[in-house]
Amino acid sequence: MDIETFFQNQNNKKQLKILTCGSVDDGKSTLIGRILFDSKNIYSDQLSQTKIESEKYGTQGKQIDLALLIDGLQAEREQGITIDVAYRYFETKKCKFIIADTPGHEEYTRNMVTGASNSDVGIILVDATKGILDQTKRHTFILSLLGIEKIIVAVNKMDLINYDEKKFKDIIASFKNFAGEFNFNLQKFIPISALVGDNVFQKNKNISWYNGKSLINELEEISLKDSLEEEIFSLPVQFVNRLSSQFRGYSGTITSGKIKVNDEVHVFSSKEKIKIIKILTPKGESDFAVKGQAVTLTLDKEVDISRGDLLCSVKNHNYFLSDQFASHIIWMNKEQMIPERNYIFKFINFQTIGKITDLVHKININSFEKIASKFLNLNEIGYSKVALNKNTIFNPYKNNKKLGSFVIIDQFNNQTVGAGVIEHELRRASNISWHQMSINKNLRSSINGQKPCVLWFTGLSGSGKSTIANIIEQKLHKLEKHTYLLDGDNVRHGLNKDLGFTDVDRVENIRRISEVSRLMVDAGLITIVSFISPFKSERKMARELVESDEFIEIYVDTSIEECEKRDPKGLYKKARSGKLKNFTGIDSNYEIPSSPEIILETKIKSAEELADEVILYLKQYNKI
Amino acid sequence: MKLSHIDKLESESIHIIREVASEFDNPVMLYSIGKDSSVMLHLAQKAFYPSKIPFKLMHIDTTWKFKEMINFRDEIAKKYNLDLLVHINQEGVRNNINPISSGSKIHTDVMKTQSLIQALDKYKFDAAFGGARRDEEKSRAKERIFSFRDKKHRWDPKNQKPELWNLFNTNIDKDESVRVFPLSNWTEIDVWQYIYQENIPLVPLYFSKIRSVIRRNDMMIMVDDDRLKIKENEKIEQKKVRFRTLGCYPLTAAVESDATTVEEIIIELLESKYSERQGRLIDNDQIGSMEKKKQEGYF
Repeated sequence: MDIETFFQNQNNKKQLKILTCGSVDDGKSTLIGRILFDSKNIYSDQLSQTKIESEKYGTQGKQIDLALLIDGLQAEREQGITIDVAYRYFETKKCKFIIADTPGHEEYTRNMVTGASNSDVGIILVDATKGILDQTKRHTFILSLLGIEKIIVAVNKMDLINYDEKKFKDIIASFKNFAGEFNFNLQKFIPISALVGDNVFQKNKNISWYNGKSLINELEEISLKDSLEEEIFSLPVQFVNRLSSQFRGYSGTITSGKIKVNDEVHVFSSKEKIKIIKILTPKGESDFAVKGQAVTLTLDKEVDISRGDLLCSVKNHNYFLSDQFASHIIWMNKEQMIPERNYIFKFINFQTIGKITDLVHKININSFEKIASKFLNLNEIGYSKVALNKNTIFNPYKNNKKLGSFVIIDQFNNQTVGAGVIEHELRRASNISWHQMSINKNLRSSINGQKPCVLWFTGLSGSGKSTIANIIEQKLHKLEKHTYLLDGDNVRHGLNKDLGFTDVDRVENIRRISEVSRLMVDAGLITIVSFISPFKSERKMARELVESDEFIEIYVDTSIEECEKRDPKGLYKKARSGKLKNFTGIDSNYEIPSSPEIILETKIKSAEELADEVILYLKQYNKI
Repeated sequence: MKLSHIDKLESESIHIIREVASEFDNPVMLYSIGKDSSVMLHLAQKAFYPSKIPFKLMHIDTTWKFKEMINFRDEIAKKYNLDLLVHINQEGVRNNINPISSGSKIHTDVMKTQSLIQALDKYKFDAAFGGARRDEEKSRAKERIFSFRDKKHRWDPKNQKPELWNLFNTNIDKDESVRVFPLSNWTEIDVWQYIYQENIPLVPLYFSKIRSVIRRNDMMIMVDDDRLKIKENEKIEQKKVRFRTLGCYPLTAAVESDATTVEEIIIELLESKYSERQGRLIDNDQIGSMEKKKQEGYF
């Protein structure tokens, strides 16, 4: 074989990313094993290894279990199920394929979403002996949500129903019946048997009534046309290359359209117009570059551009700058999503703090019903409003997948807890501007020589927060300082009397108090907050609402045993006997602060002495 | 203009490399001298062109690598003016850990896995690039591109962070780190095709030549120096061989071949029936052995 011809053929092959999904035991791993086996993409040593493993774990008797080729991780081999996303590679004469193999169980919906996010085409496997199941509907819905427009429904195990045409047609009819609303632009149905190989690579005489193509031929025919001509150029700036003093360039991957030397583009954040001087592509300097290329651009003038910015066409762009949008969110963590809690939102080239302000509804992914809910659990999908801490640039997912997608990260354990696709912008925040008053907090607080701040007490119930807080307020009053004490129990009688003690209500409770204390700081007061405030993220939220030196977190460190012994309100007794639910320290979590400004150990010192420590701190830091 | 499969892979890898440079304070590129590392290095140079690569390279030297590998490493570092660190587990050297009498398992654990962990701790790297590909081995097929390691450098395959689109979670705590695999989606043939198209220099061991070998455990082992003691029933033969993968010479099997150029290697590969990791003794210890090693901190 001539090597240049080989490379020419290789370079002419298109790349297709496919996702296989379907219910448990529909035979996904067997299908992929079959594809790799028939496309001769398995080496003989891998095959002999699989033979050894088949004897140990196989489900096909004496025959080689092709699924074992695919189920890579030890635990999966032992349990006989796929528990993660596995990527596989094979090629045919026309095509290079990357397959994401994802699990069928409902509890692994997040893995399927992960696989779908990077795929062009979805193959939905249906077990011919079982027909359309809830999982089939769920997977179809997820494919549609993740913007996959082309699907192939492969009706598997045809050998087990004697290649019955009528049963096949019934399955097609019931699929079309529920999938009608999803607007796939390509939808094909193929009867197959992955186990014996019918209609996978080759058409088979067992299914003579089927006139269509085999699964692989059908995939090879799919064309993914990029209509670059119509697309608007966009490049999210990923990296500023000024590693040497003689050079300054802006690097990133083009997410839509194309660009030529001398084109004028916008720096989206500043609306400044600039001209492209040089385009450095992976193939060297070039007159132009297109979507998908990782490039470095040099510009005609020095402008302020950093990671997080967007370069885009001057005309007709459809990006928007906002701090709020509506989106579909898939929750991927055992710990439930709580509205109003701060999370990290990561986009293509930046991340920022934000929160889910309203969960409009969640979606029953088996029946597609919309259900009212306050929070999302693992594997649930909801439609919600998101508010970010700063204005950001994005585009609805249907226009640009790269600029319309994000993941949600827990600020404390760094887990990826959710993912979302942007539906549309919300303009609410930009219409309400903050009124600038003539008298500000510095003027207000200067009258009696104090600097406003929040003394945020946190600790278990009965730890002594209110007692110490009360003494501090008296001492400050004597010093003629203006103060206000917000006490947990007192506020729950009024402002927060609609809230209970579930995690969701606790978060809302603290959010309101944080906002109130911000107003009080603005009023120039030394604000004393005495709340259990059990969660790190809400305390952090409260901290971020005021200036960094205005928040003084005070951890009242009293052990649960000691609090329970004191039990001034008899609450621990009630909680232990089960009469009081969601009690912090008993059946609701308390997260100890990792770096509070002040720690008060009640075991060693009296309340009076501890109050003096806080007063001393305020003097040291020139608050009073 | 349409991007080919290789063009797409190339840009995807460059994107990943730039993301690490943007988001981490102290990344390092692990350079194993092999073909995948050579491709990764080439991509890193492209990612930051015309500037220098903004991070260090590091080689974990087990002291049992082929001599030609070490020579090649030093030549490349000089030629491209690279910031290259070399780390050796001196404690392992003092205890005379070696692949012949200690066995492949202990040698790999002490001189490779432990040594890597030592080096990562010493320099406090928060991200380390590796040249591994998902098509190499089944458990690699499920590893993320940004693969989280805890404070003890362990991988937890059941608790991997979901990785969607090309949005990578780069948030870690102090002393935690990530391993980053920019070549995740490349196959062996893609790597060779790229080496050919880009004319990337390689260690000569990949190309066939008459070399001194012995047969041991059904494998041909090259006699690279006199530390390999020849047993009575063994004899040194002159064979035309090459290596599909490079590691410690007593653990790396040679294959008989006539391929002396990249073109010939590709043709040989297309006709071959054996996967490349087959030349590595360490994978075959037990079923799931790579997965176990990775949980312990191996690359």
